[in-house]
Amino acid sequence: MKKIIPLMALSVIISMPVLADKLVVYTYDSFASDWGPGPKVKQAFEKNCACSLEFVALDDGVSILNRLRLEGENTKADVLLGLDNNLMTEAQKTGLLAKHKVDTSKVILADGWSNKTFVPFDYGYFSFVYNKETLLNPPKSLKELVEQRQDINVIYQDPRTSTPGLGLMLWMKWVYGDQADDAWKKLAQKTVTVTKGWSEAYSMFLKGEADMVLSYSTSPAYHIIAEGKNMYAAANFSEGNYTQVEVAAKVKSSKNEKLADEFLAFIVSDEFQSLMPTGNWMYPVTDVALPEGFEKLTIPSKSFSFTAEQVDNNRKTWIREWQSSLIY
Amino acid sequence: MPAKSYTLPGLIIAGFICLFVAASVSALLFYSPGFNPALLWQDAYYRHVTKFSFYQAFLSTILSVGLAIPVAHAFSRRHFFGKSFLLKLFATTLVLPVLVGVFGLLSVYGNSGLIAQLLAMIDQKLPFSIYGLNGILLAHVFFNLPFAARLLLQSLHSIPSEHHQLSSHLGISHWNKFKLIEWPCLRQQLPHVCGLVFMLCFTSFATVMALGGGPKATTIELAIYQAIKFDFDLQAGALLALWQILLCGSLAIGIQRFSRPVPLSNTAGKQSLYLFNDNRAAKIWDSLWISLVLFLVIPPLLMIVINGLNAKFMSVISSPSFWDALQNSFLVAIFAAFIALFAGFFMLLTSRSWRLVGIDFKADQLELIATIILVTPGLVISTGLFLLLRNITDVFTFAIVIVIAVNALMALPYVIKTLAQPMLQVAQQYDRLCESLGVFGFSRFYLIEWRAIKRPIIHAFSISFVLSMGDLSAIALFGSQDLRTLPLYLLQLLGSYQMESAAVVSLFLFILSIGIFSVVEQISSQNKTY
Repeated sequence: MKKIIPLMALSVIISMPVLADKLVVYTYDSFASDWGPGPKVKQAFEKNCACSLEFVALDDGVSILNRLRLEGENTKADVLLGLDNNLMTEAQKTGLLAKHKVDTSKVILADGWSNKTFVPFDYGYFSFVYNKETLLNPPKSLKELVEQRQDINVIYQDPRTSTPGLGLMLWMKWVYGDQADDAWKKLAQKTVTVTKGWSEAYSMFLKGEADMVLSYSTSPAYHIIAEGKNMYAAANFSEGNYTQVEVAAKVKSSKNEKLADEFLAFIVSDEFQSLMPTGNWMYPVTDVALPEGFEKLTIPSKSFSFTAEQVDNNRKTWIREWQSSLIY
Repeated sequence: MPAKSYTLPGLIIAGFICLFVAASVSALLFYSPGFNPALLWQDAYYRHVTKFSFYQAFLSTILSVGLAIPVAHAFSRRHFFGKSFLLKLFATTLVLPVLVGVFGLLSVYGNSGLIAQLLAMIDQKLPFSIYGLNGILLAHVFFNLPFAARLLLQSLHSIPSEHHQLSSHLGISHWNKFKLIEWPCLRQQLPHVCGLVFMLCFTSFATVMALGGGPKATTIELAIYQAIKFDFDLQAGALLALWQILLCGSLAIGIQRFSRPVPLSNTAGKQSLYLFNDNRAAKIWDSLWISLVLFLVIPPLLMIVINGLNAKFMSVISSPSFWDALQNSFLVAIFAAFIALFAGFFMLLTSRSWRLVGIDFKADQLELIATIILVTPGLVISTGLFLLLRNITDVFTFAIVIVIAVNALMALPYVIKTLAQPMLQVAQQYDRLCESLGVFGFSRFYLIEWRAIKRPIIHAFSISFVLSMGDLSAIALFGSQDLRTLPLYLLQLLGSYQMESAAVVSLFLFILSIGIFSVVEQISSQNKTY
């Protein structure tokens, strides 16, 4: 028990506010965690700014938006990092975000980048990831997975909290349209669990709790490069894969506007971008060299996404459709 | 007139409580213009959520109370080693922080729990999943079966010993004795017990949050939380909260009407045993039920302790977020318990002075205000306050104050229940004497009340403390990275499947709640003053 008192004192000291300028960035937990890109991003940014960068880790991308809306103008966030192309219109409509001043001409995304509020920081394709050694015959299409494969079980994320979860919902909608509710019912029969965020789902998959997990086509790169393991692969679906562009934005009520601008500009710098492939395990949005190992990844034959306006108009209805089809 | 001045503080506090609740409810009304439950009923999802809330509460009640009957019966006629300890353990399942209990159950019945590990040895897979309805029912039975059994055991003890002697003389069979003597006695108590258990399960939040939560296994209480936190649908959140008040209110009125509460005393288990015509079948029958309850209650509690001492122990207790959560939990629990005790004490001063002059009706009403939280669950109140404060300020800076206030309000009914009777008795005994000697105010409290009813006061405090320590429903909406209590920290660890760290936190929470509760009870029962 003697150790407790000094420890408590220590915890008080640690939690004392730092007096230097502090930039608060709301992000999702896998970005901020020790094994994510967060610590390196922090280090690289702090090197040049005479400030401190604090990540606040939330469950997943959609939680960042929900959190901002709950806090409204009193939010402590200066920057949001981890919304995606699907949420842009909805996030913009809150009126809580400010326009950026970043030159995004270096961005190499297929359609370039013209959005004035959001700065892209990486992109990728949603995919179901599986273990090649245990799942010898992966499904070749989303329809095959949903309708035919009774031998496979999956884990995915909640579309109300997670951007991959939202991505799957949109993917299902893209493929199934009006029949999506029926498809959800079929998928429900092989769902082990629906998690709040990506990291829980992925770690459960790695523990062997499911055959496939909703993740990204780039996830196997982590196993190839960081672990030297070649057994994980992303399934290539014949319908194509849903594209995600992850974005960051500045909060209007930020008291550190200058720092926030600097951070957004830092996002498209080579230094930040080269941290993405082996930190966040996603494709960079500028023309930085990809590390060795990325050439082994499968690139989806087709890719697509709804516009942010389409998602904004329908997200609530489609989430309700998902919810309602799971209750029977 | 000193007696007059005693009523004022209690009235002010009652006014505060009304204001507090009214503010919260009016915020809810403001956010759901033209409150219309039909809207909820037309929505397939909310209809399902409502049905599921009733369905799971119904099944949980049937299972908990149904199984509690033979258990209580077996306990009433058997004596065995550790019986009184077991009964004490039964008393703690109600104050055990829900998530700690859930963690214990997960480590026995979970995907990588004890049973799964044993099955893995013989290459078998766990045939069931603890997530979803199964788990919710299991947890509700775990928490409520012991509670129900204790209440039923008490009513069995109230059977006059002559009845036992007579039936022994007449040599009637076990079944007939149960039917003719024990069942009628149990039946009187059953509506009350069922009602209590039903209410507890209907408003269950942390259990459903940890073990259910998917669209299929969501209760109204959880749907409120999700509407606000997941969908940012404040209107739906407010509507659901009002819907919950409506349902809980009707349920509470219904239960009041059909049942006659029997106060729970601490004497259960001290009754002497009676003679009866024992036989082998009866012995086997009783041991079956006693072992059943042992297998239900003991392994999860044991696993909390065993799992807590794992390799992650040092890394958890050296992490600042753990100490932060611990500190917050202490702050919340101590302040909430003091406020609840203070408010309860003054309200009872008022109500007893009314009772002494014969206006029982007014006294009853005042005490009813103190228990208002029973029909407006903590989560509903905090939802209202959350919506109210959102427009005024940054809710997250005031979070801890709100959490303390809501927890104090939630503990208040227990304080009132514990102190009402003793305080009235003290007044009946000493009021005249005090007035003639001119002992008033604090010296009156210190010289008379504190000495006479120290034990119930300490009991009320420790119950409030432990309940606030383990509560999740008040903190759920207000929690953030800046404000975490131990239960919230535990929920986050469980949510991200960090079982080892969760085990350590569970152990701490277990020791802090049950440990403190038992020690305080032990000490205060040793120096009885009356």
